Amino acid sequence: MFTEEEHRKVQEIRSHYPTAQAAVMSVLHLYQDKYGYISFEGMQYVAELLEIPVEHVLGVVTFYEMYHDHPIGKFHLQVCTNVSCLLRDSDTVLETISKRLGIAPGETTDDGTFTVTEVECLGSCGTAPMMSVNKEYKENLTPEKINEIIDALLAS
Amino acid sequence: MMVQTMDNYQPILLPGIPDLHKINVYEKHGGYQALRKALAITPEDIIEEVKRSGLRGRGGACFPTGLKWSFMPRDTDKPKYLCVNGDESEPGSFKDRQIFEFNPHLLIEGTVITSYAIGARVAYIYIRGEYEHWVRLMEKALADAYESGYVGEKMSGTLGTDFKVDIYVHRGAGAYICGEESSLMNSIEGKRGYPRVKPPFPAQNGLWGCPTTINNVETISNVPHIIRNGGDWYNQIGAEKHPGPLLIGVSGHVNKPGVYELPTGVLLTDVIYKYAGGVRGDKKIKCVIPGGSSMPPLRGDQIEGVRMDAESLREAGSAVGTAGVIVMDEDTDMVRVLTRITKFYKVESCGQCTPCREGTGWALKVLERIRRGEGRIEDLDLLVSIANNIEGNTVCALGDAAAWPIRHTITRFRDEFEEYIRKTSKLAAA
Repeated sequence: MFTEEEHRKVQEIRSHYPTAQAAVMSVLHLYQDKYGYISFEGMQYVAELLEIPVEHVLGVVTFYEMYHDHPIGKFHLQVCTNVSCLLRDSDTVLETISKRLGIAPGETTDDGTFTVTEVECLGSCGTAPMMSVNKEYKENLTPEKINEIIDALLAS
Repeated sequence: MMVQTMDNYQPILLPGIPDLHKINVYEKHGGYQALRKALAITPEDIIEEVKRSGLRGRGGACFPTGLKWSFMPRDTDKPKYLCVNGDESEPGSFKDRQIFEFNPHLLIEGTVITSYAIGARVAYIYIRGEYEHWVRLMEKALADAYESGYVGEKMSGTLGTDFKVDIYVHRGAGAYICGEESSLMNSIEGKRGYPRVKPPFPAQNGLWGCPTTINNVETISNVPHIIRNGGDWYNQIGAEKHPGPLLIGVSGHVNKPGVYELPTGVLLTDVIYKYAGGVRGDKKIKCVIPGGSSMPPLRGDQIEGVRMDAESLREAGSAVGTAGVIVMDEDTDMVRVLTRITKFYKVESCGQCTPCREGTGWALKVLERIRRGEGRIEDLDLLVSIANNIEGNTVCALGDAAAWPIRHTITRFRDEFEEYIRKTSKLAAA
Protein backbone atom coordinates (compact mmCIF):
# COMPACT_ATOMS: atom_id res chain seq x y z
CA MET A 1 0.00 0.00 0.00
CA PHE A 2 1.08 3.65 0.01
CA THR A 3 4.38 4.78 1.49
CA GLU A 4 4.70 7.79 3.72
CA GLU A 5 5.70 9.89 0.73
CA GLU A 6 2.68 8.72 -1.23
CA HIS A 7 0.45 9.57 1.72
CA ARG A 8 1.89 13.08 1.68
CA LYS A 9 1.11 13.26 -2.04
CA VAL A 10 -2.48 12.21 -1.31
CA GLN A 11 -2.75 14.96 1.30
CA GLU A 12 -1.41 17.49 -1.18
CA ILE A 13 -3.90 16.41 -3.83
CA ARG A 14 -6.68 16.52 -1.25
CA SER A 15 -5.79 20.14 -0.40
CA HIS A 16 -6.58 21.25 -3.97
CA TYR A 17 -10.28 20.63 -3.54
CA PRO A 18 -13.10 21.45 -1.13
CA THR A 19 -14.26 17.79 -1.16
CA ALA A 20 -12.42 14.49 -0.75
CA GLN A 21 -14.32 12.99 -3.64
CA ALA A 22 -12.65 15.40 -6.08
CA ALA A 23 -9.26 13.93 -5.22
CA VAL A 24 -10.27 10.45 -6.37
CA MET A 25 -9.06 10.69 -9.98
CA SER A 26 -5.54 11.81 -9.07
CA VAL A 27 -5.27 9.28 -6.26
CA LEU A 28 -6.38 6.52 -8.65
CA HIS A 29 -3.67 7.63 -11.10
CA LEU A 30 -1.17 7.41 -8.25
CA TYR A 31 -2.40 3.93 -7.33
CA GLN A 32 -2.32 2.65 -10.90
CA ASP A 33 1.17 4.07 -11.47
CA LYS A 34 2.32 1.96 -8.54
CA TYR A 35 0.42 -1.30 -9.12
CA GLY A 36 -0.25 -1.25 -12.86
CA TYR A 37 -3.99 -1.67 -12.43
CA ILE A 38 -6.71 -1.07 -9.86
CA SER A 39 -8.10 -4.21 -8.25
CA PHE A 40 -11.29 -4.11 -6.21
CA GLU A 41 -9.09 -4.19 -3.10
CA GLY A 42 -7.31 -1.15 -4.55
CA MET A 43 -10.61 0.62 -4.93
CA GLN A 44 -11.47 -0.20 -1.33
CA TYR A 45 -8.10 1.14 -0.22
CA VAL A 46 -8.58 4.42 -2.12
CA ALA A 47 -12.13 4.70 -0.76
CA GLU A 48 -10.88 4.30 2.81
CA LEU A 49 -8.06 6.78 2.27
CA LEU A 50 -10.47 9.45 1.07
CA GLU A 51 -13.36 8.35 3.29
CA ILE A 52 -15.75 8.01 0.37
CA PRO A 53 -17.95 5.04 -0.61
CA VAL A 54 -16.20 2.30 -2.61
CA GLU A 55 -19.16 2.26 -5.01
CA HIS A 56 -18.16 5.74 -5.93
CA VAL A 57 -14.57 4.75 -6.69
CA LEU A 58 -15.83 1.80 -8.75
CA GLY A 59 -18.05 4.19 -10.71
CA VAL A 60 -15.09 6.37 -11.58
CA VAL A 61 -12.76 3.49 -12.46
CA THR A 62 -15.33 1.99 -14.83
CA PHE A 63 -16.20 5.30 -16.51
CA TYR A 64 -12.74 6.46 -17.54
CA GLU A 65 -10.85 4.61 -20.26
CA MET A 66 -7.40 4.91 -18.71
CA TYR A 67 -8.09 3.06 -15.47
CA HIS A 68 -7.64 -0.70 -15.70
CA ASP A 69 -9.48 -2.97 -13.31
CA HIS A 70 -7.41 -5.96 -14.37
CA PRO A 71 -3.68 -6.47 -15.06
CA ILE A 72 -2.34 -5.58 -18.50
CA GLY A 73 1.01 -6.09 -20.20
CA LYS A 74 4.17 -4.43 -18.93
CA PHE A 75 4.22 -2.33 -22.09
CA HIS A 76 0.89 -0.98 -23.25
CA LEU A 77 0.96 -0.09 -26.94
CA GLN A 78 -2.02 2.12 -27.71
CA VAL A 79 -2.42 2.71 -31.41
CA CYS A 80 -4.57 5.61 -32.56
CA THR A 81 -6.79 4.62 -35.49
CA ASN A 82 -8.98 7.70 -35.55
CA VAL A 83 -9.45 9.70 -38.73
CA SER A 84 -6.17 11.67 -38.98
CA CYS A 85 -4.10 8.56 -38.21
CA LEU A 86 -6.29 6.41 -40.49
CA LEU A 87 -5.52 8.80 -43.35
CA ARG A 88 -1.82 8.35 -42.70
CA ASP A 89 -1.98 4.58 -42.64
CA SER A 90 -2.50 3.48 -39.06
CA ASP A 91 -3.49 0.12 -40.66
CA THR A 92 0.19 -0.55 -41.30
CA VAL A 93 1.07 0.37 -37.72
CA LEU A 94 -1.40 -2.17 -36.33
CA GLU A 95 -0.35 -4.81 -38.86
CA THR A 96 3.34 -4.36 -38.09
CA ILE A 97 2.77 -4.68 -34.36
CA SER A 98 0.39 -7.63 -34.66
CA LYS A 99 2.74 -9.51 -36.94
CA ARG A 100 5.75 -8.84 -34.76
CA LEU A 101 4.10 -9.74 -31.46
CA GLY A 102 1.61 -12.31 -32.70
CA ILE A 103 -1.37 -10.67 -31.01
CA ALA A 104 -4.42 -8.79 -32.21
CA PRO A 105 -5.65 -5.48 -30.77
CA GLY A 106 -7.16 -6.05 -27.34
CA GLU A 107 -4.79 -8.94 -26.56
CA THR A 108 -1.76 -9.42 -24.32
CA THR A 109 1.26 -11.57 -25.15
CA ASP A 110 1.41 -14.84 -23.19
CA ASP A 111 4.44 -13.67 -21.24
CA GLY A 112 2.55 -10.55 -20.15
CA THR A 113 5.07 -8.20 -21.77
CA PHE A 114 2.90 -6.44 -24.34
CA THR A 115 -0.72 -5.38 -24.55
CA VAL A 116 -1.94 -3.81 -27.78
CA THR A 117 -5.08 -1.71 -27.99
CA GLU A 118 -6.72 0.38 -30.65
CA VAL A 119 -7.55 3.77 -29.15
CA GLU A 120 -9.32 6.99 -29.99
CA CYS A 121 -7.58 10.24 -30.97
CA LEU A 122 -4.64 11.05 -28.68
CA GLY A 123 -4.08 14.56 -30.04
CA SER A 124 -1.12 13.82 -32.30
CA CYS A 125 -2.88 14.38 -35.60
CA GLY A 126 -0.03 16.47 -37.01
CA THR A 127 2.48 13.70 -36.33
CA ALA A 128 0.30 10.77 -37.46
CA PRO A 129 0.39 7.83 -37.41
CA MET A 130 1.19 7.44 -33.74
CA MET A 131 0.89 5.26 -30.68
CA SER A 132 1.63 5.69 -27.03
CA VAL A 133 3.86 3.26 -25.17
CA ASN A 134 2.82 3.43 -21.54
CA LYS A 135 3.04 7.19 -21.03
CA GLU A 136 5.20 8.14 -23.95
CA TYR A 137 4.01 9.31 -27.35
CA LYS A 138 5.71 7.73 -30.38
CA GLU A 139 4.93 9.73 -33.48
CA ASN A 140 5.43 9.71 -37.27
CA LEU A 141 5.59 5.93 -37.13
CA THR A 142 6.96 3.70 -39.89
CA PRO A 143 7.36 -0.09 -39.79
CA GLU A 144 11.12 0.36 -39.22
CA LYS A 145 10.54 2.76 -36.37
CA ILE A 146 7.99 0.45 -34.76
CA ASN A 147 10.39 -2.48 -34.87
CA GLU A 148 13.13 -0.32 -33.34
CA ILE A 149 10.78 0.72 -30.55
CA ILE A 150 9.84 -2.90 -29.82
CA ASP A 151 13.53 -3.93 -29.91
CA ALA A 152 14.36 -1.23 -27.39
CA LEU A 153 11.49 -2.30 -25.12
CA LEU A 154 12.58 -5.93 -25.25
CA ALA A 155 16.15 -4.92 -24.39
CA SER A 156 15.05 -2.75 -21.45
CA MET B 1 1.94 48.94 -32.70
CA MET B 2 2.12 47.63 -36.24
CA VAL B 3 -1.17 46.67 -37.84
CA GLN B 4 -1.22 42.92 -38.33
CA THR B 5 -2.25 41.80 -41.79
CA MET B 6 -2.33 38.36 -43.31
CA ASP B 7 1.05 38.84 -44.97
CA ASN B 8 3.08 40.27 -42.11
CA TYR B 9 1.38 38.36 -39.29
CA GLN B 10 3.67 37.69 -36.35
CA PRO B 11 2.46 34.84 -34.12
CA ILE B 12 1.65 35.89 -30.55
CA LEU B 13 0.42 32.63 -29.01
CA LEU B 14 3.26 30.48 -30.33
CA PRO B 15 5.88 33.06 -31.28
CA GLY B 16 8.68 30.55 -31.70
CA ILE B 17 11.01 32.21 -29.17
CA PRO B 18 13.55 29.62 -27.96
CA ASP B 19 13.01 28.47 -24.35
CA LEU B 20 9.90 30.62 -23.92
CA HIS B 21 8.53 27.93 -21.60
CA LYS B 22 11.13 29.05 -19.03
CA ILE B 23 9.84 31.74 -16.72
CA ASN B 24 12.89 34.02 -17.00
CA VAL B 25 12.73 33.95 -20.80
CA TYR B 26 8.99 34.63 -20.67
CA GLU B 27 9.59 37.58 -18.33
CA LYS B 28 12.35 38.93 -20.57
CA HIS B 29 9.86 39.06 -23.44
CA GLY B 30 7.32 41.10 -21.49
CA GLY B 31 5.75 38.17 -19.69
CA TYR B 32 3.56 38.88 -16.64
CA GLN B 33 3.47 42.61 -17.51
CA ALA B 34 -0.15 42.23 -18.60
CA LEU B 35 -0.94 40.80 -15.17
CA ARG B 36 0.53 43.88 -13.46
CA LYS B 37 -1.49 46.10 -15.78
CA ALA B 38 -4.67 44.07 -15.14
CA LEU B 39 -4.36 44.23 -11.36
CA ALA B 40 -4.12 48.04 -11.57
CA ILE B 41 -7.58 48.29 -13.13
CA THR B 42 -10.96 46.93 -12.01
CA PRO B 43 -12.36 43.52 -12.96
CA GLU B 44 -15.20 45.35 -14.75
CA ASP B 45 -12.64 47.25 -16.87
CA ILE B 46 -10.97 43.98 -17.86
CA ILE B 47 -14.29 42.46 -18.90
CA GLU B 48 -15.04 45.60 -20.97
CA GLU B 49 -11.64 45.41 -22.64
CA VAL B 50 -12.17 41.74 -23.52
CA LYS B 51 -15.64 42.54 -24.85
CA ARG B 52 -14.13 45.32 -26.98
CA SER B 53 -11.52 42.89 -28.33
CA GLY B 54 -14.24 40.71 -29.85
CA LEU B 55 -12.52 37.56 -28.53
CA ARG B 56 -14.70 34.48 -29.06
CA GLY B 57 -14.15 31.07 -27.50
CA ARG B 58 -11.68 28.79 -29.23
CA GLY B 59 -13.09 25.53 -27.89
CA GLY B 60 -15.66 25.19 -30.65
CA ALA B 61 -18.72 27.26 -29.82
CA CYS B 62 -17.23 30.72 -30.63
CA PHE B 63 -19.15 32.32 -27.76
CA PRO B 64 -18.06 35.92 -26.94
CA THR B 65 -15.64 35.57 -24.02
CA GLY B 66 -16.26 38.94 -22.35
CA LEU B 67 -20.00 38.33 -22.40
CA LYS B 68 -19.52 34.90 -20.80
CA TRP B 69 -17.49 36.47 -18.00
CA SER B 70 -20.15 39.10 -17.41
CA PHE B 71 -22.64 36.34 -16.50
CA MET B 72 -20.71 35.69 -13.29
CA PRO B 73 -22.66 37.14 -10.36
CA ARG B 74 -20.96 40.03 -8.54
CA ASP B 75 -22.98 39.82 -5.34
CA THR B 76 -22.56 36.32 -4.00
CA ASP B 77 -21.06 34.86 -0.87
CA LYS B 78 -20.22 31.62 -2.63
CA PRO B 79 -16.71 30.93 -3.89
CA LYS B 80 -16.26 31.35 -7.63
CA TYR B 81 -14.26 29.11 -9.90
CA LEU B 82 -12.49 29.20 -13.24
CA CYS B 83 -11.98 26.02 -15.27
CA VAL B 84 -9.53 26.08 -18.13
CA ASN B 85 -10.50 23.42 -20.62
CA GLY B 86 -7.49 21.53 -21.97
CA ASP B 87 -9.26 18.22 -22.50
CA GLU B 88 -8.46 18.49 -26.22
CA SER B 89 -9.94 15.22 -27.44
CA GLU B 90 -11.63 16.27 -30.66
CA PRO B 91 -10.17 14.17 -33.49
CA GLY B 92 -8.09 16.50 -35.65
CA SER B 93 -7.34 18.90 -32.78
CA PHE B 94 -3.83 19.12 -31.30
CA LYS B 95 -3.34 22.82 -30.60
CA ASP B 96 -3.60 23.20 -26.81
CA ARG B 97 -0.69 20.86 -26.24
CA GLN B 98 1.50 23.32 -28.17
CA ILE B 99 0.64 25.98 -25.60
CA PHE B 100 1.34 23.62 -22.67
CA GLU B 101 4.71 22.82 -24.20
CA PHE B 102 5.91 26.05 -25.76
CA ASN B 103 4.11 28.87 -23.94
CA PRO B 104 2.76 27.62 -20.60
CA HIS B 105 3.29 30.93 -18.80
CA LEU B 106 1.06 32.73 -21.28
CA LEU B 107 -1.69 30.34 -20.23
CA ILE B 108 -0.90 30.83 -16.54
CA GLU B 109 -0.84 34.63 -16.91
CA GLY B 110 -4.18 34.51 -18.75
CA THR B 111 -5.61 32.25 -16.06
CA VAL B 112 -4.63 34.67 -13.28
CA ILE B 113 -6.03 37.69 -15.16
CA THR B 114 -9.28 35.85 -15.93
CA SER B 115 -9.62 34.73 -12.31
CA TYR B 116 -9.23 38.35 -11.21
CA ALA B 117 -11.82 39.49 -13.78
CA ILE B 118 -14.47 37.01 -12.64
CA GLY B 119 -13.51 36.96 -8.96
CA ALA B 120 -12.27 33.37 -8.76
CA ARG B 121 -9.82 32.40 -6.03
CA VAL B 122 -9.25 28.92 -7.39
CA ALA B 123 -8.73 27.89 -11.01
CA TYR B 124 -8.41 24.37 -12.39
CA ILE B 125 -6.58 23.63 -15.61
CA TYR B 126 -8.16 20.41 -16.86
CA ILE B 127 -5.78 18.40 -19.05
CA ARG B 128 -6.68 15.11 -20.71
CA GLY B 129 -5.17 12.11 -18.94
CA GLU B 130 -3.20 10.87 -21.93
CA TYR B 131 -1.26 14.16 -22.00
CA GLU B 132 0.71 13.13 -18.92
CA HIS B 133 3.92 14.53 -20.40
CA TRP B 134 2.21 17.91 -20.88
CA VAL B 135 0.65 17.73 -17.42
CA ARG B 136 4.19 17.53 -16.04
CA LEU B 137 5.30 20.48 -18.20
CA MET B 138 2.38 22.57 -16.94
CA GLU B 139 3.03 21.56 -13.34
CA LYS B 140 6.66 22.61 -13.67
CA ALA B 141 5.67 25.98 -15.14
CA LEU B 142 3.08 26.44 -12.39
CA ALA B 143 5.63 25.66 -9.68
CA ASP B 144 7.90 28.35 -11.14
CA ALA B 145 5.03 30.84 -11.30
CA TYR B 146 4.18 30.10 -7.64
CA GLU B 147 7.83 30.50 -6.70
CA SER B 148 8.04 33.88 -8.46
CA GLY B 149 4.84 35.06 -6.81
CA TYR B 150 2.59 35.32 -9.87
CA VAL B 151 0.25 32.70 -8.43
CA GLY B 152 -0.77 31.86 -4.87
CA GLU B 153 0.32 33.09 -1.46
CA LYS B 154 3.31 35.14 -2.63
CA MET B 155 1.30 37.32 -5.02
CA SER B 156 1.03 40.20 -2.57
CA GLY B 157 4.83 40.40 -2.31
CA THR B 158 5.50 40.30 -6.04
CA LEU B 159 2.51 42.25 -7.29
CA GLY B 160 1.52 44.36 -4.29
CA THR B 161 -2.06 43.14 -4.47
CA ASP B 162 -4.64 41.73 -2.09
CA PHE B 163 -5.93 39.48 -4.83
CA LYS B 164 -4.62 35.97 -4.90
CA VAL B 165 -5.54 32.84 -6.78
CA ASP B 166 -4.46 29.23 -6.60
CA ILE B 167 -4.17 27.26 -9.83
CA TYR B 168 -4.24 23.46 -9.92
CA VAL B 169 -3.88 21.03 -12.78
CA HIS B 170 -6.63 18.41 -12.83
CA ARG B 171 -5.70 15.41 -14.93
CA GLY B 172 -8.46 13.55 -16.74
CA ALA B 173 -8.41 9.80 -17.34
CA GLY B 174 -9.59 9.22 -20.88
CA ALA B 175 -13.07 10.44 -21.81
CA TYR B 176 -13.86 12.67 -24.79
CA ILE B 177 -17.06 13.76 -23.12
CA CYS B 178 -15.11 15.61 -20.42
CA GLY B 179 -14.37 18.36 -22.94
CA GLU B 180 -18.05 19.24 -22.61
CA GLU B 181 -18.11 21.92 -19.93
CA SER B 182 -20.64 20.45 -17.51
CA SER B 183 -19.10 17.01 -17.82
CA LEU B 184 -15.70 18.58 -17.18
CA MET B 185 -17.03 20.04 -13.93
CA ASN B 186 -18.37 16.65 -12.83
CA SER B 187 -14.97 15.19 -13.61
CA ILE B 188 -13.20 17.81 -11.47
CA GLU B 189 -15.65 16.94 -8.68
CA GLY B 190 -14.37 13.37 -8.97
CA LYS B 191 -17.49 11.92 -10.56
CA ARG B 192 -18.33 10.02 -13.73
CA GLY B 193 -18.21 12.57 -16.53
CA TYR B 194 -21.90 12.87 -17.30
CA PRO B 195 -23.06 16.17 -18.78
CA ARG B 196 -25.54 18.17 -16.73
CA VAL B 197 -28.85 19.54 -17.88
CA LYS B 198 -28.74 23.27 -18.65
CA PRO B 199 -30.14 25.54 -17.26
CA PRO B 200 -28.90 26.19 -14.66
CA PHE B 201 -25.79 27.48 -16.44
CA PRO B 202 -22.33 27.21 -14.89
CA ALA B 203 -22.19 30.93 -14.07
CA GLN B 204 -25.11 30.33 -11.68
CA ASN B 205 -24.55 26.74 -10.67
CA GLY B 206 -21.20 25.26 -11.61
CA LEU B 207 -18.48 23.49 -9.64
CA TRP B 208 -19.94 22.34 -6.30
CA GLY B 209 -23.01 24.47 -7.04
CA CYS B 210 -20.94 27.66 -7.17
CA PRO B 211 -20.59 30.26 -9.96
CA THR B 212 -18.10 28.93 -12.51
CA THR B 213 -16.67 30.01 -15.84
CA ILE B 214 -15.16 27.51 -18.29
CA ASN B 215 -12.85 28.71 -21.08
CA ASN B 216 -10.66 26.87 -23.54
CA VAL B 217 -6.85 26.93 -23.16
CA GLU B 218 -6.36 28.92 -26.38
CA THR B 219 -9.08 31.42 -25.41
CA ILE B 220 -7.39 32.15 -22.08
CA SER B 221 -4.01 32.48 -23.81
CA ASN B 222 -5.32 35.43 -25.82
CA VAL B 223 -6.21 37.39 -22.70
CA PRO B 224 -2.73 38.71 -21.71
CA HIS B 225 -2.25 40.11 -25.23
CA ILE B 226 -5.60 41.88 -25.09
CA ILE B 227 -4.75 43.47 -21.75
CA ARG B 228 -1.24 44.42 -22.86
CA ASN B 229 -2.13 45.95 -26.22
CA GLY B 230 -5.81 46.80 -25.80
CA GLY B 231 -9.04 45.42 -27.14
CA ASP B 232 -8.98 47.77 -30.14
CA TRP B 233 -5.58 46.46 -31.21
CA TYR B 234 -6.75 42.86 -30.93
CA ASN B 235 -9.94 43.62 -32.82
CA GLN B 236 -7.90 44.63 -35.87
CA ILE B 237 -6.40 41.15 -36.25
CA GLY B 238 -8.19 38.86 -38.68
CA ALA B 239 -11.90 38.60 -39.46
CA GLU B 240 -14.16 41.46 -38.43
CA LYS B 241 -16.74 39.45 -36.48
CA HIS B 242 -14.38 36.76 -35.22
CA PRO B 243 -11.05 38.49 -34.70
CA GLY B 244 -7.68 37.37 -33.36
CA PRO B 245 -5.11 34.72 -33.97
CA LEU B 246 -6.27 31.15 -34.56
CA LEU B 247 -4.29 27.99 -33.94
CA ILE B 248 -5.09 25.88 -36.97
CA GLY B 249 -4.10 22.23 -36.77
CA VAL B 250 -3.71 20.69 -40.19
CA SER B 251 -3.64 16.91 -40.54
CA GLY B 252 -4.34 14.19 -43.09
CA HIS B 253 -3.03 14.14 -46.64
CA VAL B 254 -0.90 17.29 -46.61
CA ASN B 255 2.85 17.60 -47.08
CA LYS B 256 3.47 19.62 -43.91
CA PRO B 257 0.94 18.75 -41.20
CA GLY B 258 1.16 20.80 -38.01
CA VAL B 259 -0.26 23.72 -36.06
CA TYR B 260 -0.19 27.07 -37.83
CA GLU B 261 -0.98 30.30 -36.02
CA LEU B 262 -2.72 32.59 -38.47
CA PRO B 263 -5.25 35.41 -38.20
CA THR B 264 -8.88 34.29 -38.41
CA GLY B 265 -10.27 34.85 -41.88
CA VAL B 266 -7.31 33.23 -43.62
CA LEU B 267 -8.40 31.36 -46.75
CA LEU B 268 -8.82 27.63 -46.17
CA THR B 269 -7.03 27.02 -49.48
CA ASP B 270 -4.09 29.16 -48.27
CA VAL B 271 -3.92 27.11 -45.08
CA ILE B 272 -3.70 23.93 -47.12
CA TYR B 273 -1.51 25.03 -50.05
CA LYS B 274 0.53 27.97 -48.74
CA TYR B 275 1.22 26.86 -45.18
CA ALA B 276 0.69 23.09 -44.99
CA GLY B 277 2.59 22.47 -48.22
CA GLY B 278 -0.29 21.26 -50.38
CA VAL B 279 -1.62 17.75 -50.88
CA ARG B 280 0.72 14.74 -50.91
CA GLY B 281 1.56 13.61 -54.41
CA ASP B 282 -0.21 16.70 -55.80
CA LYS B 283 -3.50 14.85 -55.68
CA LYS B 284 -6.87 16.54 -55.80
CA ILE B 285 -8.79 17.19 -52.61
CA LYS B 286 -11.89 15.10 -52.10
CA CYS B 287 -12.90 16.36 -48.69
CA VAL B 288 -11.88 18.82 -45.97
CA ILE B 289 -13.21 18.77 -42.42
CA PRO B 290 -12.41 22.31 -41.29
CA GLY B 291 -12.93 22.16 -37.53
CA GLY B 292 -12.36 18.71 -36.06
CA SER B 293 -14.32 15.51 -36.71
CA SER B 294 -17.61 16.85 -35.33
CA MET B 295 -17.92 19.56 -37.94
CA PRO B 296 -19.66 18.98 -41.29
CA PRO B 297 -17.18 17.95 -44.01
CA LEU B 298 -16.83 20.07 -47.14
CA ARG B 299 -16.37 18.61 -50.60
CA GLY B 300 -13.19 19.56 -52.44
CA ASP B 301 -15.24 21.73 -54.79
CA GLN B 302 -16.77 23.63 -51.85
CA ILE B 303 -13.62 25.12 -50.32
CA GLU B 304 -12.70 27.84 -52.81
CA GLY B 305 -13.00 31.27 -51.17
CA VAL B 306 -13.91 29.83 -47.77
CA ARG B 307 -12.20 31.55 -44.84
CA MET B 308 -11.28 30.22 -41.41
CA ASP B 309 -13.74 32.18 -39.32
CA ALA B 310 -17.14 31.42 -37.82
CA GLU B 311 -19.19 33.39 -40.36
CA SER B 312 -17.45 32.26 -43.55
CA LEU B 313 -17.49 28.61 -42.54
CA ARG B 314 -21.14 28.77 -41.55
CA GLU B 315 -22.01 30.20 -44.95
CA ALA B 316 -20.07 27.38 -46.54
CA GLY B 317 -22.11 24.82 -44.59
CA SER B 318 -19.71 23.90 -41.83
CA ALA B 319 -18.23 25.47 -38.69
CA VAL B 320 -14.86 26.52 -37.32
CA GLY B 321 -15.04 24.18 -34.31
CA THR B 322 -11.55 23.72 -32.90
CA ALA B 323 -9.94 24.67 -36.25
CA GLY B 324 -8.64 21.15 -36.77
CA VAL B 325 -8.41 20.98 -40.55
CA ILE B 326 -8.45 17.38 -41.82
CA VAL B 327 -7.55 17.09 -45.50
CA MET B 328 -8.45 14.02 -47.58
CA ASP B 329 -7.21 13.39 -51.09
CA GLU B 330 -9.13 12.00 -54.09
CA ASP B 331 -8.33 8.36 -53.21
CA THR B 332 -9.94 8.50 -49.76
CA ASP B 333 -12.68 5.97 -48.99
CA MET B 334 -15.45 8.15 -47.52
CA VAL B 335 -17.47 5.14 -46.38
CA ARG B 336 -14.56 4.05 -44.25
CA VAL B 337 -13.90 7.57 -42.95
CA LEU B 338 -17.51 8.01 -41.86
CA THR B 339 -17.59 4.55 -40.28
CA ARG B 340 -14.48 5.38 -38.23
CA ILE B 341 -15.80 8.76 -37.16
CA THR B 342 -19.14 7.23 -36.17
CA LYS B 343 -17.35 4.54 -34.16
CA PHE B 344 -15.62 7.31 -32.23
CA TYR B 345 -18.92 8.87 -31.14
CA LYS B 346 -20.36 5.46 -30.30
CA VAL B 347 -17.36 4.69 -28.08
CA GLU B 348 -17.33 8.11 -26.47
CA SER B 349 -21.07 8.55 -25.90
CA CYS B 350 -21.48 8.62 -22.12
CA GLY B 351 -24.69 6.62 -22.46
CA GLN B 352 -26.85 9.00 -20.48
CA CYS B 353 -29.30 9.96 -23.27
CA THR B 354 -31.05 7.27 -25.30
CA PRO B 355 -30.92 8.99 -28.73
CA CYS B 356 -27.14 9.33 -28.55
CA ARG B 357 -26.35 6.01 -26.82
CA GLU B 358 -28.58 3.93 -29.12
CA GLY B 359 -28.41 6.13 -32.20
CA THR B 360 -24.61 6.14 -32.52
CA GLY B 361 -24.50 2.36 -32.11
CA TRP B 362 -27.30 1.81 -34.62
CA ALA B 363 -25.66 4.12 -37.18
CA LEU B 364 -22.37 2.28 -36.71
CA LYS B 365 -24.06 -1.11 -37.30
CA VAL B 366 -25.62 0.16 -40.52
CA LEU B 367 -22.31 1.59 -41.73
CA GLU B 368 -20.47 -1.62 -40.87
CA ARG B 369 -22.94 -3.69 -42.84
CA ILE B 370 -22.42 -1.39 -45.82
CA ARG B 371 -18.67 -1.97 -45.44
CA ARG B 372 -19.25 -5.73 -45.27
CA GLY B 373 -20.98 -5.59 -48.65
CA GLU B 374 -24.46 -6.01 -47.22
CA GLY B 375 -25.64 -2.45 -47.74
CA ARG B 376 -28.93 -1.32 -49.20
CA ILE B 377 -29.44 2.00 -50.95
CA GLU B 378 -32.19 2.88 -48.49
CA ASP B 379 -29.64 2.53 -45.67
CA LEU B 380 -28.43 6.00 -46.65
CA ASP B 381 -31.79 7.56 -45.87
CA LEU B 382 -31.96 5.49 -42.71
CA LEU B 383 -28.60 6.88 -41.57
CA VAL B 384 -29.71 10.45 -42.22
CA SER B 385 -32.91 9.74 -40.33
CA ILE B 386 -30.98 8.35 -37.35
CA ALA B 387 -28.78 11.46 -37.36
CA ASN B 388 -31.81 13.74 -37.50
CA ASN B 389 -33.32 11.95 -34.52
CA ILE B 390 -30.16 12.29 -32.42
CA GLU B 391 -29.58 15.98 -33.08
CA GLY B 392 -31.21 18.31 -30.60
CA ASN B 393 -32.58 15.46 -28.50
CA THR B 394 -29.74 15.04 -26.00
CA VAL B 395 -28.50 16.76 -22.86
CA CYS B 396 -25.21 17.83 -24.43
CA ALA B 397 -23.73 18.61 -27.83
CA LEU B 398 -22.09 15.19 -28.31
CA GLY B 399 -25.30 14.02 -29.92
CA ASP B 400 -25.15 16.86 -32.43
CA ALA B 401 -21.43 16.23 -32.94
CA ALA B 402 -22.22 12.63 -33.86
CA ALA B 403 -25.17 13.56 -36.09
CA TRP B 404 -23.51 16.25 -38.20
CA PRO B 405 -20.77 14.15 -39.81
CA ILE B 406 -23.25 11.35 -40.56
CA ARG B 407 -25.82 13.59 -42.20
CA HIS B 408 -23.41 15.83 -44.08
CA THR B 409 -20.99 13.14 -45.22
CA ILE B 410 -23.86 11.12 -46.70
CA THR B 411 -25.57 14.15 -48.22
CA ARG B 412 -22.39 15.60 -49.70
CA PHE B 413 -20.84 12.32 -50.86
CA ARG B 414 -24.04 10.47 -51.68
CA ASP B 415 -22.83 9.42 -55.16
CA GLU B 416 -19.82 7.68 -53.64
CA PHE B 417 -21.92 5.90 -51.01
CA GLU B 418 -24.43 4.71 -53.63
CA GLU B 419 -21.68 3.54 -55.94
CA TYR B 420 -20.01 1.70 -53.05
CA ILE B 421 -23.23 -0.12 -52.23
CA ARG B 422 -24.04 -0.96 -55.86
CA LYS B 423 -20.56 -2.34 -56.44
CA THR B 424 -20.26 -4.37 -53.27
CA SER B 425 -23.74 -5.50 -52.28
CA LYS B 426 -26.22 -7.99 -53.67
CA LEU B 427 -28.84 -6.29 -51.59
CA ALA B 428 -28.31 -2.93 -53.27
CA ALA B 429 -31.66 -2.87 -55.16
CA ALA B 430 -34.08 0.04 -54.76
